[in-house]
Amino acid sequence: MITAEPSGPAQEQQIVSDDDVVRVRQLVRAAAIATKLSLVDQTKLVTAASELARNTLVHGGGGHARVEPVTNGFRNGLRLVFTDQGPGIEDVDRAFADGYSTGGGLGLGLSGARRLMDEFELVTTIGKGTCVAAVKWER
Amino acid sequence: MDRVPILSLRDVLLVSIQVDLEDQLAVRLQEDLAERIVATGAHGVIIDITALDIVDSFVGRTLATIASVSRVLDADTVVVGMRPAVAITLVELGLPLHGIRTALNVDLGLDMLQQTRLSAGADRETDVVEASPDVSAPQPVPR
Amino acid sequence: MDEHTSKRLAALMSDNRETILKQWTASVRDTLRGRLTTTELDRQFEELYDALQAALDADVTEIDSPGAADLLSLLADLSRSRARHGFTATETATSVFSIKEALFDVLDDKQARGLADHAAFSRFLDKLGLFTFETYVNARDAIITEQAEQLLELSTPVVKLWDGVVAVPLIGTLDSARSQVAMERLLQALVDTGSPYAILDITGVPAVDTQVAQHILKTVIAAQLMGAQCIISGIRPQIAQTIVSLGIEFGDIVTKANLSDALQYVLRRKGVDLAGPSATSPAVGT
Repeated sequence: MITAEPSGPAQEQQIVSDDDVVRVRQLVRAAAIATKLSLVDQTKLVTAASELARNTLVHGGGGHARVEPVTNGFRNGLRLVFTDQGPGIEDVDRAFADGYSTGGGLGLGLSGARRLMDEFELVTTIGKGTCVAAVKWER
Repeated sequence: MDRVPILSLRDVLLVSIQVDLEDQLAVRLQEDLAERIVATGAHGVIIDITALDIVDSFVGRTLATIASVSRVLDADTVVVGMRPAVAITLVELGLPLHGIRTALNVDLGLDMLQQTRLSAGADRETDVVEASPDVSAPQPVPR
Repeated sequence: MDEHTSKRLAALMSDNRETILKQWTASVRDTLRGRLTTTELDRQFEELYDALQAALDADVTEIDSPGAADLLSLLADLSRSRARHGFTATETATSVFSIKEALFDVLDDKQARGLADHAAFSRFLDKLGLFTFETYVNARDAIITEQAEQLLELSTPVVKLWDGVVAVPLIGTLDSARSQVAMERLLQALVDTGSPYAILDITGVPAVDTQVAQHILKTVIAAQLMGAQCIISGIRPQIAQTIVSLGIEFGDIVTKANLSDALQYVLRRKGVDLAGPSATSPAVGT
């Protein structure tokens, strides 16, 4: 992400309700089409955004999403940034463990979202909040 | 109040999900389906997700729950119409969708339900619940 | 170039239209070696001539001035057209550069400030020529990309083998990009034809690397998620060894030695009555 430079206006969406999760999806969907990502990449991007938005709502107590077109000089991409002022993540390793099998992991969808994106960064502080940033590049 | 419509087709219930399934809608769908299964005595549920361009873990869990609840109510569930891009994403996401049967379309889904019903009937030789002949037991009926 | 020069040149072009146009077109016709009809060429260059004159008349001094927009647009169309028709970059740019000769012949005879105007106009036209060249190159790049995509499409045919059975025979080296395209087409074909069975035949593929092997694996799982079964046939010994050494688990994915075996397998599962010496299972009913 060090090489990702903004290449267009960012769009913001607050996340305080279920409907906001839907709005984030719509926002990301439109941005993905504008960035000319392939259909499969669009799907991966919107799915990751949905996971992360839901996390922000459910585990972060609500927060904020930012969608921004970026470039690394050769290719275009889209950067998603989700922030919340929630309790933070205590056990990050466990959070990244696959939450889909019955039991293991906190079901935070983080590991899944990370697999779908090309770059992924998470910063969390107990009691202060969490920030997740991820980029998907066009092929 | 928004509800996902449920269609009754012989002894199968057909649900076509056209919109983003958020919490409220998903919960209501689960409840409505359970009620309709009992009310109609349906033995099969087909959930058509052709219109969904993404399936995230929430939708996955919802489908799994519907399948489980239906099973308890003696109905089989088949999810149909998954888009290729969605399937590819689910593989990447690592969402196994265990316990959920799928078919390419409603037609194949109905076939699958029929097959399941036939083979299930073969095991249930002593079904004394119904007074009328058990329609699911394979009788050599001349056609 | 200043506005006065532009105006002077515009006047020059206007006064000597026939002479300059004739010489210009004649010199270009030689380079194009008969690949364009005379009528078409004449029409194109008349249009260009008039656009250039109009731009100069409107006091255009640099090619990025708003008044030059029409001229640039015309030149862009011309280079794109040349690119499509297989003309070289030089042939295309020469079309622009050669107007210099035609104009300068007239210039020397008539104008006192000949040399200064000569230089100014030359610079202006050089920029136009370069612009034409640039547009040409971009157009060619676009064509190449388009053709590459078409080639990719052609090399991944999807064949309907039977009612409810599609096959994708892959031939040649598979790179990551090609295997992704093939896989997406296979999955889409399942939906389009409503076929619960797909056979991916890689008899014609000499080797696969990790990425390709994983694409294949992911496709099979994706097909399964969608409610179809994907069988792989024609795995060569070397590929089998590669897959095992890469630690890729093929689990319960069905693999067959060749397309024929794969088809037999699928047909039996569908319950099709296979008459003939190789038929061993009774018909289950379709």
